[in-house]
Amino acid sequence: MKRFSHAIIEKNLLLLGVLTLITVAIGGLVQIVPLFLVETTIERVEGIRPYTPLELMGRNIYVREGCYLCHSQMVRPFRDEAERYGHYSLAAESMYDRPFQWGSKRTGPDLARVGGRYSDDWHVAHLRSPRELVPASVMPPYAFLERPLPMDEIAAHLRAQRSLGVPYTDEMIASAAADLRAQANPEADGAGFAARYPRARQGLFDGNARDVTEMDAVVAYLQMLGTLVHFSDVTPEQLLQP
Amino acid sequence: MADKRETDAISGVSTTGHEWDGIKELDNPMPSWWLYTFYACIAFAALWVVLYPSLPFVRGVLGYTTRNDFTGVMREQQARAEPMLARLRAATPAEIAADPELRGYALAGGRIAFATNCAGCHGSGGQGATGGFPSLADDDWLYGGTFDAIHTTISVGARNGENPEARGVQMPAFAAAGLSMAQVDDVAEYVLSLSGTGGDATAAARGAPLYVENCVACHGETGEGNRDLGAPRLNDRIWLYGGDKASVVRTIAYARAGVMPSWSSRLDAATINMLTVYVHALGGGER
Repeated sequence: MKRFSHAIIEKNLLLLGVLTLITVAIGGLVQIVPLFLVETTIERVEGIRPYTPLELMGRNIYVREGCYLCHSQMVRPFRDEAERYGHYSLAAESMYDRPFQWGSKRTGPDLARVGGRYSDDWHVAHLRSPRELVPASVMPPYAFLERPLPMDEIAAHLRAQRSLGVPYTDEMIASAAADLRAQANPEADGAGFAARYPRARQGLFDGNARDVTEMDAVVAYLQMLGTLVHFSDVTPEQLLQP
Repeated sequence: MADKRETDAISGVSTTGHEWDGIKELDNPMPSWWLYTFYACIAFAALWVVLYPSLPFVRGVLGYTTRNDFTGVMREQQARAEPMLARLRAATPAEIAADPELRGYALAGGRIAFATNCAGCHGSGGQGATGGFPSLADDDWLYGGTFDAIHTTISVGARNGENPEARGVQMPAFAAAGLSMAQVDDVAEYVLSLSGTGGDATAAARGAPLYVENCVACHGETGEGNRDLGAPRLNDRIWLYGGDKASVVRTIAYARAGVMPSWSSRLDAATINMLTVYVHALGGGER
């Protein structure tokens, strides 16, 4: 019996090309085909909605400041994580994240379920000077966020998200700036806003009614993280992986 | 490439036929231990693909998923803890504190739950923080320091908008409710005089009738506060937002409203009971 020798492949250019193509095609298909069927891996749970304009601007600041370098947004299905942070994260909860903020490093705690755990005042005081409230914290201060939020490109941010597949409607884009102001002012008429973004909270996030600041946006974003799905309404069957 | 394979004189092994500047390469086979380890790895991978979910849309023979695994671990832990949790659930915090065994469990469990959920605002030892985060280790309580009061406060929170029974009423911002800044200043002097820290007695005298008119309903005639409303005591030297003149002026003019989440929707009944016993034991518990 003649022993197989890789010299046969190495000396035949056509054979080498064909076999290389087949190998790469298998690797490519295994990685690419599931992406066409990604919808089937997202749990069908109630409550997920696109970010409000104010939350989206806060999220942009979160990305700009590199918060993901120290904070993950992914509660993994382990007992120690569930007992500290709450229910494990669902794929559905980051389905409108472009890009996702799962992160890979926890210098600070996971933020996937930080929404509602602290008061707005706490977030403002903590962002302004983290060690005032948590003496052992190594987080840098973000007092400079108390500056006006740039308001002229909000609709463009929503349009950019829509081009990536987030279902913002024409109505949402047209009223983006108005919705942003309505959310940051609890006195404003929020009927249209509430209809477009169910369960979104209006508030004086930075405790200051004078103008809408970057602090407003960041706190609004932090306060909604992990709050969209009400796990008391979720049945175990909805969480089974297909 | 011309085949110049030859047998090496010293080792008796054939060469590969390659030569670089007089250096030739022996064509030894790979060591068998290495080769069999390599085959074993391939076999392990094949077995893994069959048993575990490794290809898209194929679950694997064992039916393993991380979520099922997690559910099993949680259920097992729940079953192990259940006998004690059931007792901690069934007893009132006062009963737990009276039973040495239950109290030991409650203090240990409460300490961990406190560090996870409460220490962010109230500090790792319950010492609180300026800016509206009350100390839980002293005798000054906004809503009361009995077991029942602490239990209710933890369960419903304050001014959180998520629990309709949340504690706390909203203090009016008096700069917007009819007082001039000069009047606010006078009231601040009067409020400071209640705890003997005021400096300007004439201003305080001007503030006294304004205090009676605007503040007495909640904070009381002598500034003793009102726990039903969560109106803090003003005649002691413990301050939520600072006891200097500027802080008190700001509080009167623009109001303050501390917010605490409602924990009954986040923590189970046994954990809330353990937290109650733990907070009660921090130093200020009332009978």
